[in-house]
Amino acid sequence: MEGVKTALYEKHVAAGAKLVPFAGHIMPIQYHSINAEHERVRTTVGVFDVSHMGEIWVKGDRAIDFVNKVTVNNATKLQVNQAQYSAMLYEDGGIIDDLIVYRFPDRIMLVVNAANREKDFEWLQKHAPGDVILDDASDRMSLLAVQGRHAKDVIQKLTDTNLDEIKFYWFRDGIVAGHRTIISSTGYTGEAGFELYVDNENAASLWDAIFEAGKEFDIEPVGLGARDTLRLEMKFALYGNDIDKTTNPIEAGLGWITKVNKGEFVGRDAILEVKSKGLTRKLIGFEIEGKAIPRHEYKCFQGDAEIGHVTSGCWSPSLDKGIGMAYLETEFAQVGTRFEVEIRNKRVAAHVVETPFYNRPY
Amino acid sequence: MANVPQELKYTEDHEWVRVEGDTATFGITDYAQGELGDVVFLELPDEGDDVKQHETFGSIEAVKTVADLFAPLSGEVLAVNGSLEDEPETINKDPYNAGWLVKIKMSKTDELDGLMDAEAYNQHIS
Repeated sequence: MEGVKTALYEKHVAAGAKLVPFAGHIMPIQYHSINAEHERVRTTVGVFDVSHMGEIWVKGDRAIDFVNKVTVNNATKLQVNQAQYSAMLYEDGGIIDDLIVYRFPDRIMLVVNAANREKDFEWLQKHAPGDVILDDASDRMSLLAVQGRHAKDVIQKLTDTNLDEIKFYWFRDGIVAGHRTIISSTGYTGEAGFELYVDNENAASLWDAIFEAGKEFDIEPVGLGARDTLRLEMKFALYGNDIDKTTNPIEAGLGWITKVNKGEFVGRDAILEVKSKGLTRKLIGFEIEGKAIPRHEYKCFQGDAEIGHVTSGCWSPSLDKGIGMAYLETEFAQVGTRFEVEIRNKRVAAHVVETPFYNRPY
Repeated sequence: MANVPQELKYTEDHEWVRVEGDTATFGITDYAQGELGDVVFLELPDEGDDVKQHETFGSIEAVKTVADLFAPLSGEVLAVNGSLEDEPETINKDPYNAGWLVKIKMSKTDELDGLMDAEAYNQHIS
């Protein structure tokens, strides 16, 4: 199989993972069952190897101002040890990537999608002033996401850093299982949890320590298959499915991170134009009425009129029904609106629902 | 390694056939269930329907993907495994026994000649 092996490759093989090529890496899609792994994260705690994600360091006195200029959220508002969900845009308002911005005392870390990493780095290089230094550390860093209501209990056993002090979307530099780790209170599942950034040479040791500490909670490894169903239940966007260079952040429901009043940034003029003209379509969440699974690219109709298309869909293990996200023409985007999805030459009834689809019970 | 019972016949589409007199039972192979992952539900024909070799007689929806079911043989459907409606995961757990899909009365027994034996199927998936 073609692709980069993460530092945890041997762990996945030993755990019986089904490995697939994904964004230039060889990644575990599942270990034994997507549904069971999904359930594990929703009920106790699971661990994901997401080392394929890209980490780009931005250094220099003007690092914050530069990042603020190429991202939509207000990076200047970040305090040290705080993180922020954001996105980079092309001049025309299309999305280059969504990302997380981490503010360290003396530098910034951008965590980007694996498939976009090279494109992102080139874009950053093109826009960076001479005194801003960019360093793509993706090949040196591993990322373990420990997610679920017991994630904190597990990691707290391995560190002196008081995890209760790390609020959602904040982070600390700490020692976990004896290894220097960036402990970030973030995730892509809708559960409480942490993402742990660690040097490659320490990843396997950290992995083992986490599984040992998590035994009492029946901790299990979780593959990218369940990562997808977990994020979909939260209506978290996936680049390449729900957002891409042809979608703008406003129609994608990312208006809350798009701070047009913060000052100049790449893509701002296009966003202002979108806002003044009004949206033609919106990314909505929907439920299928009955037993069927919507999938990427399926068409949406009301009567004979095609009104949009599905961007992501799955059978929701938590809700036990087919759910999805779709771009629908604005007039059909209100909660409760009924429409049909064409699933394998059949029209299946669906309706727009409130999102997230899933709300954690704690 | 996927389990491939000796006594069954197989198709290139990863279905198995168990022949008893003039009836044939269809299912999907252990390899197929492993590739599909968790099965969420199935669409199967009704009793009395005719199925035709190589044509779709249903579909199988798994978490990550959907696959058509192609009839290994032609005939009339005698029985459908109704327990799969409530417990589709049976296909993942026991694809060759409790996870059977349909039983048919064969209309063209010479179609059996085109099926693979266990050895040939093992080759096919290796």
